[in-house]
Amino acid sequence: MFGLRKSDSVLLLIVIALTVFAPFILNPFPENSVMAQFNAGYPDLMQRLVIFGIFAIGFNILFGLTGYLSFGHAAFLGVGSYAGVWMIKLLTLNVIPAIVVSVIVAGAFSLLVGWISLRRSGIYFSILTLAFAQMSYALAYSVLTPITGGETGLQPKVADPRILDAALEEGVTPRANLFGMFMNDSYEMVVGGWIFTFNVGYYIAAICMVFAFYLSIRIFRSPFGLMLRAVKSNQQRLNYTGIESKPYTLAAFVISGMYAGLAGGLLVAMDTQAGAERMFWTASGEVVLMTILGGAGTLIGPVLGAGFIKYFENIVSKINANILETWFSFMPDGISDLFVGLIYPFIGKGWHLTLGILFMLVVIFLPGGLVQGGQKIAGMFKNKKDGSDSATSSASAAPAE
Amino acid sequence: MSIIKPTRRGLLRTSAVAGAGLAMPTIFTGSASAYMNEPTGSSVTLGFNVPQSGPYADEGADELRAYELAVEHLNGGGDGGMMNTFSSKELKGNGILGKKVEYVTGDTQTKADAARASAKSMIEKDGAIMITGGSSSGVAVAVQALCQEAGIIFMAGLTHSNDTTGKDKKANGFRHFFNSYMSGAALAPVLANAYGKDRKAYHLTADYNWGYTTEEAVRESTEAMGWETVNAVKTPLTQTDFSSYIAPVLQSDADVLVLNHYGGNMINSLTNAVQFGLRDKLVNGKNFEIIVPLYSRLMARGAGENVKGIFGSTNWHWSLQDEGSKAFVKSFGEKYGFPPSQAAHTTYCQTLLYADAAERAGTFNPCGIVEALEGFEFDGLGNGKTLYRAEDHQCFKDVLVVKGKENPTSEFDILEVVEVTPVEQVTYDANIPQMGGPEATLGDCNPGA
Repeated sequence: MFGLRKSDSVLLLIVIALTVFAPFILNPFPENSVMAQFNAGYPDLMQRLVIFGIFAIGFNILFGLTGYLSFGHAAFLGVGSYAGVWMIKLLTLNVIPAIVVSVIVAGAFSLLVGWISLRRSGIYFSILTLAFAQMSYALAYSVLTPITGGETGLQPKVADPRILDAALEEGVTPRANLFGMFMNDSYEMVVGGWIFTFNVGYYIAAICMVFAFYLSIRIFRSPFGLMLRAVKSNQQRLNYTGIESKPYTLAAFVISGMYAGLAGGLLVAMDTQAGAERMFWTASGEVVLMTILGGAGTLIGPVLGAGFIKYFENIVSKINANILETWFSFMPDGISDLFVGLIYPFIGKGWHLTLGILFMLVVIFLPGGLVQGGQKIAGMFKNKKDGSDSATSSASAAPAE
Repeated sequence: MSIIKPTRRGLLRTSAVAGAGLAMPTIFTGSASAYMNEPTGSSVTLGFNVPQSGPYADEGADELRAYELAVEHLNGGGDGGMMNTFSSKELKGNGILGKKVEYVTGDTQTKADAARASAKSMIEKDGAIMITGGSSSGVAVAVQALCQEAGIIFMAGLTHSNDTTGKDKKANGFRHFFNSYMSGAALAPVLANAYGKDRKAYHLTADYNWGYTTEEAVRESTEAMGWETVNAVKTPLTQTDFSSYIAPVLQSDADVLVLNHYGGNMINSLTNAVQFGLRDKLVNGKNFEIIVPLYSRLMARGAGENVKGIFGSTNWHWSLQDEGSKAFVKSFGEKYGFPPSQAAHTTYCQTLLYADAAERAGTFNPCGIVEALEGFEFDGLGNGKTLYRAEDHQCFKDVLVVKGKENPTSEFDILEVVEVTPVEQVTYDANIPQMGGPEATLGDCNPGA
């Protein structure tokens, strides 16, 4: 299907099914139950899950295939975001020009950064990209305040030119739309105690994600992808055989920069605001974590990793001491206090701690990331069935590591 | 290009078609109720969005304490705190409009993106009717814009930049805290009294939005009174060692140094300046002086000994002796064991003001709240007579000019109030250029449905 081999088609179909039915999958608990705290099926988080999925897929094309660890990828996301907001301010509230221009601008910027940084490899490359990203952050935060809005960020105003749009009605706040559909319009389906939200913005982002995922499969399976893998396994040997590797790595860098730009453009389309923090080095680190957590070099891994981290950031950070107390209120006083005291450091502001522990566990016990965990479980079932070890034969998700 | 150039009519048509298509099975969010997140049960949810991690986590923790205290008081628990001294007597301790107050919390991480994500989840998932909190202007401006779009009321926490109720003001956003302009206007006369009208000032300014507006405000008000600005140098926000910026101050003939820094920046720059012996210097026959426009207790504690005798401004201080402040310090102190900071005070006031506005309006509809708060005059919340101005949703009240105490008695007793600048002196026209000029408008209130 679409020029894919069978196992890849199956994977693509699974991803399509997951994204289409995400509003159901992410809202497993009835609205008024105690567990509703863990529901993730609200528009903002669903949008973030797929957008950061795109970001991680793109990062994986560079890191997973060539092994070049860019530590400044958030800069491309940020540059894309700023470009997107400017399109919304100058051209039209329609999100399409914003998304397209984000990709183009991020691509151009990554060409510049990549052209310079790729003169080195290994840790030097990482440091160079980190330096570029921090430079972009510092510029956006202060020096370029007239363009970026500095600390308070950039957002559409009523007084913006928007040359392609008709004038807004008096008192209407400018909101991004796609031919009249606003990004935060939702259709809510009430089934018993459950509320499932189908959000316009989410499905736009999801379509982009499926397309980005398809493209990444094609790249992984192409001769170009093979060449990138060759760079990863032994660049020197590649050079000795007379192949100049830089055009390939630069192309991979620019492609992954454009993915980051797409993610930035979508972030802006969903929530028309861009701030400099988006480019801070911790944001660059986050995408590295996502990719490694999910499984670097695998197709689906980065998406899983992105979902995992964003879920934790948004759900666990919102559990507070009060909620804990209601959970354990059925216990006698002393014991419930003990449980609350034990769990408290890991929730709310402690979500970083929880995530850190889980990350360590994954890296130690599942070096191939969550994908390896999935394979192990699948392998266990298969072993029971036919007794042969075929865990690694699922080619679609085999880590390149 | 005609595809992506929709006319207004075409846009309406497509949206109507799309709307009809999608809405056929049931309905769009919001159209069922009169406004966004209309509370239908026996309780109402407020969203407390504060920095729990990051550089302002201390302020955030104090804000959260104040919010919890305010909710307790609104629901009739505790001693009622400032509800008893508040000039409006609508709040009865039975929640808001008879509904029990519940709350959700989130971590802004002092990042606009994280703050918006957290606020959005409060609105979309938890059904919060009002969002409040934040302890930096970047976050406040970002979340305020989000609330305007979503149709939710935003009650700003600690944000001092002019932009929050200036260039970036929004109809659904309200600020109780004072701003850069007020700091400048309040400080200038006190400085003229203490240091004379013939001074040469040197500014070191944190290189970001709040720094710019503060520098501008202090400059304009001191220059108006006769001071001369010798130089203004921007320092990177991440700077930790300011020696290289202090040395040129010694070479210039300036006799006052203004540090437009906040938080860790201020602690470091002030410490450096004192270590360089600036304060023992005589320039132009006058003692060299240092000024910190915005003080907070948490910052003063960090700078330790160095703040002694240094002037600055603050929104509120726990040593104030009016009935409101005393009641608040008492109930906060009883619950947590130490006096509240100005961040705690402003967030507590904002919660009460919101609750009271809802009572007076008789509805949680954002437009009703906006109407109730605009031009609202009140007293008894610790700052004396206060006005929520209708033009920019900024509170106008007296501003405290403080000075680092020479002989502190405890780790909380670091600042002393030198003068209370009356509100008339810090009031400005809503359209002055510092506030974004006439093109900055509030827009209309958005009920979100």
